[in-house]
Amino acid sequence: MDILLEILIYGSIHSITLALMALGFALVYGTSRVPNFAHGALYIVTGFIAWSFLKAMHLNYLLSIVLAIIITGVIGAMIYQFILIRVRGMAISEIIASYAIGLAILEGFRWGGFKGMTYTLPTFIQGSIFIAGVPVDLHRIVVLICGAALVGFLWLFTHFTRIGLALRGMAQDERAALMLGIDSDRMAVVAMVLGSMLAGLAAALLLPLGNIVVETGYNVLILAIAVCIVGGLGSWMGAVLAALLIGFTQILTEVYLGTHFKMVVALLAIIITLILRPSGLFGRQKELEERV
Amino acid sequence: MTANPEQRRKERLDRGIKVRSDGIYALMSWRELCYLVLPRLVLIVGMLILPLVVPIYWQKVVSYVCIYALLTLSFDFLAHFVGLVSLGGAFFIGIGSYLAAILNTSFGLPPLLTIPAATILGAFICTLLLIPCLPLRGVYFAIVTLMYPLLLIRVIEALDIFGGTDGIVGVTSFTNHYFIIIMVLLFLFGLRRLVNQDLGLVLRAVKDNDQAVRASGMSITYYKTIAVFIGSAMGCLGGAYLAHIYMWAGLSSFALDFSILPIAATVIGGAGTLVGPVLGAFILVPLSEWLRDFGTLRIVIYAVILLLFIVIRSEGLMVYSQRKYHQFEKWIKV
Repeated sequence: MDILLEILIYGSIHSITLALMALGFALVYGTSRVPNFAHGALYIVTGFIAWSFLKAMHLNYLLSIVLAIIITGVIGAMIYQFILIRVRGMAISEIIASYAIGLAILEGFRWGGFKGMTYTLPTFIQGSIFIAGVPVDLHRIVVLICGAALVGFLWLFTHFTRIGLALRGMAQDERAALMLGIDSDRMAVVAMVLGSMLAGLAAALLLPLGNIVVETGYNVLILAIAVCIVGGLGSWMGAVLAALLIGFTQILTEVYLGTHFKMVVALLAIIITLILRPSGLFGRQKELEERV
Repeated sequence: MTANPEQRRKERLDRGIKVRSDGIYALMSWRELCYLVLPRLVLIVGMLILPLVVPIYWQKVVSYVCIYALLTLSFDFLAHFVGLVSLGGAFFIGIGSYLAAILNTSFGLPPLLTIPAATILGAFICTLLLIPCLPLRGVYFAIVTLMYPLLLIRVIEALDIFGGTDGIVGVTSFTNHYFIIIMVLLFLFGLRRLVNQDLGLVLRAVKDNDQAVRASGMSITYYKTIAVFIGSAMGCLGGAYLAHIYMWAGLSSFALDFSILPIAATVIGGAGTLVGPVLGAFILVPLSEWLRDFGTLRIVIYAVILLLFIVIRSEGLMVYSQRKYHQFEKWIKV
C-alpha cells in the first residue's frame, strides 16, 4: 500500500515534470512545425545564465531567473532569424541545423563551462511535507502546481488567442495561412521565442531539483521528443496523456527494474510509436506524408 | 541604392568532352582521355600513396579517415539516392564493432574472418531492426534512426551484457591501411556504378516518388531493404575494422561522433555526389584529430562548420568544383 501511494505521488510529479520539459518542444514542433532540436541546449543555457546571474553577479533569485528566460527567448529568436530561416521548408535540413546548434551549445558548455565544480540552483521553498505518509519536497509541489497551470494556460493560448490560432493554422496549411494574412516567418519567430522561453521556464522550475549538467540537455531533448511523438504532433490532450503514460511507466520501471531502464522506456516509446503510428496516439495530421 | 547600369550575369557552357562523356565515352584524343581520367586518377593514386607519405603519428588517422569515409558514403547513398535520411551511423558502427569483438574474443576467429563476417552479419541485423521503420518517411525515419544507438547504449548499460560499461577487451590487433583504403575505393566506385544501373534508377525513383514506383508494380519495401543492407554493410565494415584497431569494443562505439560527422562531411563535400562526402571526411577527420587536445570543442567546431555550410554554401565543395571543371564560365552583359 505504501509503495503504491509513493508510485502514485511521484508518478504524477514526474509526469508533470515531463510535460513541462515537453511543452516548449510541443508548442514549437508539434503545433507550428518549426523543429527546435536545440530545445535541450536552451534548457541548459537558461540554467547556466540564471546560475551566473545569481552566483557570479549576486542578483536577486527571481530577477536572475526572469532575465535568464528572456535571454533564452532572444537566443531562440536569433537561431530562427539567422539560421533556420534559410533552410525553412526542408524538414531534414531544419532538423540537422537545429540539432547542430544544440550540439554546439552543449558540447561548448562541456568544453568550457562545466568542469570540476557542481552547479546548482537553490530551491524556491525549503522543507518538505507529508502527503498520506509519503515525504514530498515543497519545491516539487510548486513544480506540480506551476506545471498543471502552465499546461492549462497554453491550451487556452493556442485555442483562443489570435497568435495561438495563427500558430496552429501555420502547421495545418501554410498556404492557406499565408492567404489569410498570417506572416509565417513572423509566426515562426514567435513560436521559437515562446518555445525557448518555455524551455527556460521548465529549466528554472526543474533544475533546482538536481545539478546543472550537460547530459541533462540531451535527456530533456529525448524526453520532449518522446512525449510529443507518443502524444501525437499537434494534440495537446495527447501530449498531456503521453506525459502521464511515460511518466508513470518510467516511475514503475524505476521501482521494479532499476534506474538504468528509465531512459530505455522513453526511447522504446519513441521507436514503437513511430513504427506503429507515426502520428502518435492522438494525432490525426497528415498521415500520408508520414509513411508509405 | 546606387543604380548599376551594367547588369551582368554568369554564362556557363559545358565543355564539349563533358557533354559527350556523360554516360557514353566517345573519346577523340589523348587529351580528352586525360581530361576524363585525371580527376579519378588523382583520387585513386592520392589515396593509395597516402600511407607512404604521412608521418608516423598520422598513420592511424588514415584508417580513421577511411572508416568515416565509409560511413559518409553510406549516409550519402541512403539519403540522396534512396531518400532514407539515416542519422544512425553510430548504430552501424556499434553493431559492427561489437560483432567483430564477440566473434574474435568468444569464438577465436582471426581478424581476416571476423571483419567480413561482422560486415555481413551486422548488415543483416541492422536491416532486420530497421525493416519495421522503412515505411516511415523523411523526418520520422531520421528520428527513429537517431534513437536506435541511444537505445542500444542504454540497454547494454542496463542489462550489463557484452561487458557492460567496460566493453569487450582483448580483441586481436589488426591494422592494415591498404585493406581499408581499397575497401573505400571499391565501395565508392561500386556505388557510383550501382546508382546508374537499373537498381539505382529504381532506388532514385523511390526517393523522388514512391507512389509511382508502387504503381509500377514494384515493392518499395523490397528496394529499400536492399539499399539499407548495402548502406549498413559499409557502416558495419567500418565498425568491425575499428574494433580491431582499438582492440576494444565498447559503448563509445555508439558515440554521437559517428552520426554527426558523416552528415557534416556530406554537407561539406556535396550531397548526392558520393565522391564529395569522401572528400568531406578527408577534410573533417584530420581536422578533428588535430583538435583532439581541445576535447569536446571539436564537436562544437564541426557543428559550426556544418551550420556555415548549410547556411552559406549548401551545394558543397564537390558540386562547386565539378562545375568549375566541366564548364566554361564568363561574365556577359545582360
